Amino acid sequence: MISANKPDVLPSEITPRSVYENRRQFLKAAGFSLATSAVAGLVPAFALAANNPQKIVDITKTDYGRGEKLTSYKDVTTYNNYYEFGSAKGDPVVHAKLFKTHPWSVEITGEVKQEKRISIEDILKLAPLEERVYRMRCVEGWSMVIPWVGFPLSKLIQHAEPTGNAKFVEFTTLADPQQMAGVRIPILDWPYTEGLRMDEAMHPLTILAVGLYGETLSNQNGAPIRLVVPWKYGFKGAKSIVRIHFTENMPITTWMKASPREYGFYANVNPKVPHPRWSQASERRIGGGLLSPRIKTQLFNGYADKVAHLYTGMDLHKNF
Amino acid sequence: MPLQNIDGRQLVYIKAVVFILGLLPLIRLTWLGFQDELSANPIEFIEHSTGTWALIFLMVTLSFTPLRLISGVSWPLRLRRMTGLFMFFYACLHFVTYLWLDHWFDWNEITKDIIEHPYVLVGFTAFMLTLPLALTSNNPMQRRLGRHWRRLHKSVYLIAILGVVHFLWLVKKDIREPLIYACVLGILFLVRVYFSLRKSVRGRQEEIG
Repeated sequence: MISANKPDVLPSEITPRSVYENRRQFLKAAGFSLATSAVAGLVPAFALAANNPQKIVDITKTDYGRGEKLTSYKDVTTYNNYYEFGSAKGDPVVHAKLFKTHPWSVEITGEVKQEKRISIEDILKLAPLEERVYRMRCVEGWSMVIPWVGFPLSKLIQHAEPTGNAKFVEFTTLADPQQMAGVRIPILDWPYTEGLRMDEAMHPLTILAVGLYGETLSNQNGAPIRLVVPWKYGFKGAKSIVRIHFTENMPITTWMKASPREYGFYANVNPKVPHPRWSQASERRIGGGLLSPRIKTQLFNGYADKVAHLYTGMDLHKNF
Repeated sequence: MPLQNIDGRQLVYIKAVVFILGLLPLIRLTWLGFQDELSANPIEFIEHSTGTWALIFLMVTLSFTPLRLISGVSWPLRLRRMTGLFMFFYACLHFVTYLWLDHWFDWNEITKDIIEHPYVLVGFTAFMLTLPLALTSNNPMQRRLGRHWRRLHKSVYLIAILGVVHFLWLVKKDIREPLIYACVLGILFLVRVYFSLRKSVRGRQEEIG
């Protein structure tokens, strides 16, 4: 839609702001015309997520996170860790603007009855969309409360039909140096991968999110589809997923490769297991302003009653 | 060369300009604060900003001697006390932000944090080392300490190394920014080492000659 010859640098890096914003207007207009055809039933409105989040209709409300004070939309969409678009928190919102999330499909590979590729449109037909308000605790010591829109990962796994050998699931994020400036710098071993044990992946709390705040995901939050595992540190939530791979052996994730001493496979939120360089006992809730004290971090991010049984008998200090 | 020497009046003007420049980072922070533009995590923003400016003023302070060695221009050395004190000023803001906004004077947590986490310990040590330098930065103290003053103020090199290590150690993965400071510091040290080696070689040649 934008150009067949992909430039080496993002237009946002070289184009004067005024020109660039005009172009955004144009893109919005283009998005609008597509949206119109969506109404006509040609394409689900969803697939158009691209540059400006669209309202999602038919979301089932749930009780998850009832009573929690939501982090503002602005904070959720401007303070992001998405290294593919830069390593500073304010980078993704700027550099992901022109990220193209349509067309999109996800490869299902490995220990499955049949390897295949599913389009985002077909993924959205797998299950009704629910709103789930989850706490998100970053390994860096801050947290948010986010109203995700998504569906249980288990629904997709059922559809994928894993074989008996599938013990782990690996998620791969898109790594496109054309669109993602961060990928041109070897800060991490691209593409970004994350993983879950099969029982963690099948757990009803684990979701694939396609939206937040009742709209499709903004690009910087991992559009068009991302993983959300609320009892684990935020980095487990792979964004912009292009591949879901079933495997017999525990995958080595990107952060494990980057620093095996600091990041383990499980990455369960645990105030008693510090990061080697900083404490995990407390966290700062984003949105409290200058005069809000830290709050105590809870075991499994407060979801212990639902997930602690997954780790019975395991030494959480060793399996961090 | 007109820049080689300046008179007292010119120095006063230059100092006034440097003083205002030195306050700009604080003015900016205050301004952004009132505009609600300190990002989603304003405490972290202030902590990083004040820390960064302390490091920048430290680098500036350490650059006047290499500048003189290379160019022969020595009057910027007379700005050194002011830039050094600005380093201390931003380091104080950094430390107070850490104690107050970040930890709400929870002394138990703070003590544990300093003891258990090397990057905090290194930063804390660097800050403690700046205290005697700031306290002895006035003329009477300088006179009173005499030759000891120079020796005491040499600890600024150690502070600089600790400051850069503090930064390098706290970054999660992308160490490019702290590496820039490490490189600048390395270059400043190399210039000094080069000139002192040259001096000693020349001294020896003269002895032999």
